[in-house]
Amino acid sequence: MIAQAASDSINVAQNVGFGIIAALMIFAALSVVTTRNVVHAALWLVLVLAGVAAQYILAAAEFVAASQVLVYIGAVMVLFLFGIMLTRAQIGHEKGLNNPTWALGIPVAIVLLGLLAWVIIDAFEDDVLPDRGPTPTVALSDQFLSIYLIPFLALSFVLLAAAIGAIVLARKDR
Amino acid sequence: MIAIDPLLEGRLLWTPLLIVILKVVVVFVIGLVSTIFMVNFERKMVSGLQNRIGPNRAGPRGIFQALADGIKSFFKEDLLPSRADRVVFRLAPFLSFVPAFLIWSVIPLGGEFGPNDDGTLKDGTVVWFGEVTRVQLADPPIGILVVLALSSIAVYGIMLAGWSSGSKYPLLGSVRASAQMVSYEAALGLSLAAVLLSAGTLSTASIVAQQDSFVNWNLVSTGIVPFIVFLIATTAELNRPPFDLVEAEQELVGGFNTEYSGIRFALFFLSEFMGVVTMSAVIVTLFFGGPQPLFLGDVNVLAFLGPLSGTAWFALKLLGFLYLFVWFRATLPRLRYDQLMDFGWKILIPVALGWFLLLAALREFSPDGTFADSLRVVVISLAVGAAAGGLFLLALRVAQNNRLEADETPPTREGVTT
Repeated sequence: MIAQAASDSINVAQNVGFGIIAALMIFAALSVVTTRNVVHAALWLVLVLAGVAAQYILAAAEFVAASQVLVYIGAVMVLFLFGIMLTRAQIGHEKGLNNPTWALGIPVAIVLLGLLAWVIIDAFEDDVLPDRGPTPTVALSDQFLSIYLIPFLALSFVLLAAAIGAIVLARKDR
Repeated sequence: MIAIDPLLEGRLLWTPLLIVILKVVVVFVIGLVSTIFMVNFERKMVSGLQNRIGPNRAGPRGIFQALADGIKSFFKEDLLPSRADRVVFRLAPFLSFVPAFLIWSVIPLGGEFGPNDDGTLKDGTVVWFGEVTRVQLADPPIGILVVLALSSIAVYGIMLAGWSSGSKYPLLGSVRASAQMVSYEAALGLSLAAVLLSAGTLSTASIVAQQDSFVNWNLVSTGIVPFIVFLIATTAELNRPPFDLVEAEQELVGGFNTEYSGIRFALFFLSEFMGVVTMSAVIVTLFFGGPQPLFLGDVNVLAFLGPLSGTAWFALKLLGFLYLFVWFRATLPRLRYDQLMDFGWKILIPVALGWFLLLAALREFSPDGTFADSLRVVVISLAVGAAAGGLFLLALRVAQNNRLEADETPPTREGVTT
């Protein structure tokens, strides 16, 4: 409905939605580092990741959005919380959450922002992307099981290495 | 932007908007009413199976018992433990309640399925007030992934409820409850993959449309194994007996909801019952053809209901599964925690994965489905599977022997530090 109204111009509704979600994400991201409770920080991070999923839906990438929720919110963050609860799950304010070198993060973040912005601006300049609607899942899987097969496999090996590494670290009888 | 309903293509006018609002209200009401029904149904059925009468005071044959319990829990004092994390403690019941509700939105509750006159399959759309639509709130192309995503969010409710209570017992209860749910989610996803392999689509409406006769039901066409794995994994995911360690009163003060009372406790209770209904609906959709009729010969026995016959079939199949879950509860003894974990990781996941690989091999190397081809594929697959399993067992034994040898040599000072 909205997509057809703006096939060759900028989609206003989509941009407004992007702005609102982005503002929420920034607030949540700041809360991740300023809150004084580890579990609350993890929950704010869940909100940031959910915002990413919402942005994917706005960009008509439904499959990526669902994967984002399944993988990051459903698995990674649950494991995070799991780890926190098995080790230190205090309620209320905690002391000593700040790393003494926290200020180093600011220049890193700025450099990262600049790098990403430069890459995106360099690639797209003033182009308005055609509004094609959602990509069918079949088309997506055809892509990453044919021409993107090797990056896909390489990524899965990274995960395998991480899993083995975790087992080796956790085992006591080395 | 999102192709979830043929209704929303083209310009947005009043009629489609009103139809969508109506559908939202209907789905909401179905969710609530079915939950209340399930509470009564379970109590009556279990009491019947255990040879007692069950609720019989509130209303005729006790049908208002759930309503009375609900009203009571609204008026009970709502305790907030002094050491609780206030915001999260209040948030947790909703995190476990809302996902169960939202699953209803992608379940086809009716519609025109079955073959057309020219042999093609109907896609389940119906015409209401001159608008083409579906008897389901939304049919996103990623349909079934929405179900998986929502059921993975439901873990948060239990996990945070235990943590935010500010007490050790709920915390322990919630940690092991969420470990159980996360473990069985893997088996759930793997058995689902077998269905998706046979359907070739993620949309729930398309999955239903393909199951137009009994032999095409995914129950039959994927072999019965994925269904059994899915059913067991669902039972564990919902913390239903025999996997109900989460609230095993004898073992753990009560589990993650120990500190909850009043309406917040009722919300956890209701979300479990609603989960039973929604997951039964998911099973019916995935394996039993959803609103598709079961033909006896050529006769659709519910055809006299006209356009409602699909919904009636759906409700009938749903009721069958609700009864099955109650039957489980009345029959099976509870598993021990180590049995639970062993069963999930060492039996269910390998079986689901092996069956998925076998189905994939059959599809690839025996596309016509002739008996000779299929037999060859199955024999080769079994041989490969046996070889892989043997190598794995060998590796386990070698590792075990190495560990035993390491234990026999007394650890020296250097041995401890390295």
